Amino acid sequence: MKSAESELLTAVDLKRNFFEVKQDMKPKEAIDEANRCLYCYDAPCMNACPTGIDVPSFIKKMASGNLKGSARDILDANPVGATCSRVCPTSELCEGACVLNDVSMPIRIGDLQRHATNWAMDHDVDLFESGVPTNTKVAIVGGGPAGLSAARELRRLGHEVTIFEAKEKAGGLDTYGIVSFRLPQSVSLWEVEQVEKLGVDIRTNCTVGKDISPETLKNDFDAVLITVGMGQVPKLGIEGEDLTGVYDAIQFVENTKTKPLTEQFIGKRAIVIGAGNTAIDAATCLIRSGASHVKIIYRRTEEEMTAYPFEFEFAKQDGVEFRWLTQPTKIMGDENGHVKQLMCVQMELGQPDESGRRRPVPVQDSSFLMDVDIVVRAIGQSRHIDLIEAFGLNHDSGILQLNDKTYQTSNDQIFAAGDVVYGSTEYGDAMVVSAAEQGKRAAYAIDKKLSC
Amino acid sequence: MADLSVNLAGIKSPNPFWLASAPPTNSGYQVQRAFEAGWGGAVWKTLGDPVINVSSRFSASTFNGQKVAGFNNIELITDRPLEVNLEEIYETKKKFPNHAIVASLMVEPKQEKWHEIVKKVEAIGVDGLELNFGCPHGMAERGMGSASGQVPELVEKQTYWVKEVAETPVIVKLTPNITDVTATAYAAVQGGADSISLINTINSLMGVDIHSWNTIPHVSGKGTHGGYCGPAVKPIALNMVAECARHPEINIPISGIGGISNWQDAVEFMLMGSTNVQVCTAAMHHGFRIVEDMIDGLNNYLDEKGLARAMDLIGQTVSKYQNWGDLDLNYKVAARINPEKCINCNKCYISCEDTSHQCIDRLIDANGKSYLKVREDDCVGCNLCSIVCPVDGAIDMIEYPSEVAMTWNERQSLLGKMTIGEETVS
Ligand SMILES: Cc1cc2nc3c(=O)[nH]c(=O)nc-3n(C[C@H](O)[C@H](O)[C@H](O)COP(=O)(O)OP(=O)(O)OC[C@H]3O[C@@H](n4cnc5c(N)ncnc54)[C@H](O)[C@@H]3O)c2cc1C
Ligand SMILES: Cc1cc2nc3c(=O)[nH]c(=O)nc-3n(C[C@H](O)[C@H](O)[C@H](O)COP(=O)(O)O)c2cc1C
Ligand code: SF4
Ligand code: SF4
Ligand code: SF4
Repeated sequence: MKSAESELLTAVDLKRNFFEVKQDMKPKEAIDEANRCLYCYDAPCMNACPTGIDVPSFIKKMASGNLKGSARDILDANPVGATCSRVCPTSELCEGACVLNDVSMPIRIGDLQRHATNWAMDHDVDLFESGVPTNTKVAIVGGGPAGLSAARELRRLGHEVTIFEAKEKAGGLDTYGIVSFRLPQSVSLWEVEQVEKLGVDIRTNCTVGKDISPETLKNDFDAVLITVGMGQVPKLGIEGEDLTGVYDAIQFVENTKTKPLTEQFIGKRAIVIGAGNTAIDAATCLIRSGASHVKIIYRRTEEEMTAYPFEFEFAKQDGVEFRWLTQPTKIMGDENGHVKQLMCVQMELGQPDESGRRRPVPVQDSSFLMDVDIVVRAIGQSRHIDLIEAFGLNHDSGILQLNDKTYQTSNDQIFAAGDVVYGSTEYGDAMVVSAAEQGKRAAYAIDKKLSC
Repeated sequence: MADLSVNLAGIKSPNPFWLASAPPTNSGYQVQRAFEAGWGGAVWKTLGDPVINVSSRFSASTFNGQKVAGFNNIELITDRPLEVNLEEIYETKKKFPNHAIVASLMVEPKQEKWHEIVKKVEAIGVDGLELNFGCPHGMAERGMGSASGQVPELVEKQTYWVKEVAETPVIVKLTPNITDVTATAYAAVQGGADSISLINTINSLMGVDIHSWNTIPHVSGKGTHGGYCGPAVKPIALNMVAECARHPEINIPISGIGGISNWQDAVEFMLMGSTNVQVCTAAMHHGFRIVEDMIDGLNNYLDEKGLARAMDLIGQTVSKYQNWGDLDLNYKVAARINPEKCINCNKCYISCEDTSHQCIDRLIDANGKSYLKVREDDCVGCNLCSIVCPVDGAIDMIEYPSEVAMTWNERQSLLGKMTIGEETVS
């Protein structure tokens, strides 16, 4: 990667900065690694995968040269398995559970999974089929990983499925929210295509609640599944948020994935507020866009930060600076209405709050100013309260009430899965892999309800 | 989805993957688990007069960190009463009517002994019989197993006795502990066998513990030779299968055994003339679940090759396996090193320089970078460099087909004619 300091960035460098960072395993590398796997029975790696991918089986198939079978094993359990191989926090999941951690080095399960799914992407193979038609219709609101997984499973069970997706393309945050240098858009779109190939009707540019009403869905379909995820980053609630140069982290990342990369950030000083994985993504995107100084400020300390250790490491290597115990209080602009300075206050840790973490409290008279050109807020995501209410469903501050066995909301005919229900909490970030698993389970619950 | 089912001398199974007679097929519980996992057939652990087994029975060779490259055992035939085994065979067959259950048998080389066990086993309902003339330890000292399997007359006679009463197909399982396996295979044919299976295990001593000076394995400080199997024996088994398959007078179907660990091994055995394959060590190493990739991999392979049936593979390579004297002496291959792929380990260079024909040059290019080049004219095409090369595609063996083929046998007969000619002239 080229950063602003090293040399002047060209448009070509910018583009290159957003290429996938990790190379695919070379064939020999993959075979060597596959042969190192012990092929454990009732393998802990498999049990640690939220979608339950049969890891030893897919690795064994790779070792025997059966890459098709290997890819099928993965995608059977996880319809977004190609995305997950790139974005899953594997050291917290499968690789963290690998028995070889204790005696040697864990198997590079994520990389092997990427190798196998790359094979599937490079070879035009049909791995799954739609089921015998059941003459039942299911509407899915939101085409992210949860919606896509549910759609694929429902199709395999023979149901007619229509996905209503607000954006121009399906895939949800996989397509729009996860940085290109970890997840190229083409991977997510390939997964969308696999679902479409099974006969799922995906209606893009169609926002439920605006272009089509919840009532219509309830009337025209036997069941409705809500998988709308979460919304934009909420406002900080401080003065100066409307100045130019203040961004929403998710929107900022989306721009790098959908618009031509702009040179406007080259040489700029940026501050990202928050210390979850979204903050890290926004910060590394800024560096790759040419910003010369990028700081992440967080009101608590490294201990409480929700970003994964490997993400934290990645950001530090990219040159992101971290400032702990720092709370923004006011954004100040210049005469043109552009961000100029950020006023912050120093914090210290007080008594533990309800999450068990020590609550940060301001240190008296500790306000200070930082010069800055760009401010990015990355303090979580808002909830789709309007839509939930338009469906007339019970919720708790935007978190849908759900029966976690039947995946039913307060209305029997309406089901839900993914971030819209489980989303991020104070304790950790939401994951694609969990959304995919919940989508699968919701699909089985819907199938069960519709078949009786 | 290709048709994976096979028919071995009238014994049908949903796929070619059978468990060989060995610990994996010791009981009904195990065989039923195996069928549930997908195995197409099972040859029950050898039945006979129950024996007493020793404690400490197996050992294995580890090669460069890979466990179970080869496997060795000093176990005997079943140590469970015949009645118990028969009852479990009956129950298993009832639950899995479409899977093949073959009873492996071993008794003293006496006609009435064979008649008795064949009748008892067939009465319970099996799909076929396999005569174990192969076990190389313990049983051999009692005149059974490989002791009778090494003597063609005994193989023929015992097969004949079995055939006198057997109503189901009879497979004769051959021992590899013999100079020419086609001799005993032919004897089986003469005795009326419907099929042969091979190989059983190879005489072996796994190792010696250099600290205690005990054998590996040992039983209270003493050891004995055992039977060797697993991946290490595959080439030996494949050759024996091929020799039988190409033998003009051995025209009965073959069940291939020995070191088969995955679908690719199975395809090789089938191409070399096996109708199905039997597996022991790989299942013992990883459990019954390995059959899932065997089935899936074979199916994908057949689809890729555009073949509708697994049985279309059988024997396709047999006609290509010939005597040395029938190989073309004018055909030439020469190594070519691909500098883009080469990682400069120099392993090919040193192997050729020290132990082959000194035809790889170490050169420096215009940029001062070192590279390797084969002097193709000097290369004899031995393959050694490409064998030791760790990188796929870094060394290609380039073919130079001969304009006129000439085998050793043709050359000899030409020379013969010339000599005869000379004689007539002089
Ligand atoms: C910046 C960022 C980085 C992340 N990085 C990772 C990571 O590295 N690894 C990881 O595992 N997870 C990561 N996540 C989390 C992960 O992306 C989510 O958990 C996951 O995408 C949730 O899936 P979902 O299907 O529930 O929702 P989403 O992916 O949000 O999809 C919801 C879909 O619904 C559509 N929609 C919304 N409202 C409507 C409506 N009214 N009508 C029709 N359609 C509608 C949306 O357009 C969207 O397509 C990240 C999240 C963010 C924000
Ligand atoms: C522990 C053990 C016990 C065996 N017992 C028998 C037996 O009872 N009867 C028999 O015919 N073969 C027996 N065999 C030989 C196997 O059936 C098979 O022929 C041999 O192991 C080669 O196959 P493999 O390389 O797949 O293991 C035994 C093998 C092992 C490892
Ligand atoms: S490591 Fe433990 S679980 Fe694995 S084989 Fe050895 S003893 Fe059994
Ligand atoms: S735990 Fe590790 S070694 Fe065992 S099957 Fe999983 S990846 Fe392979
Ligand atoms: S496998 Fe281990 S535990 Fe089982 S019988 Fe053999 S020695 Fe005992």
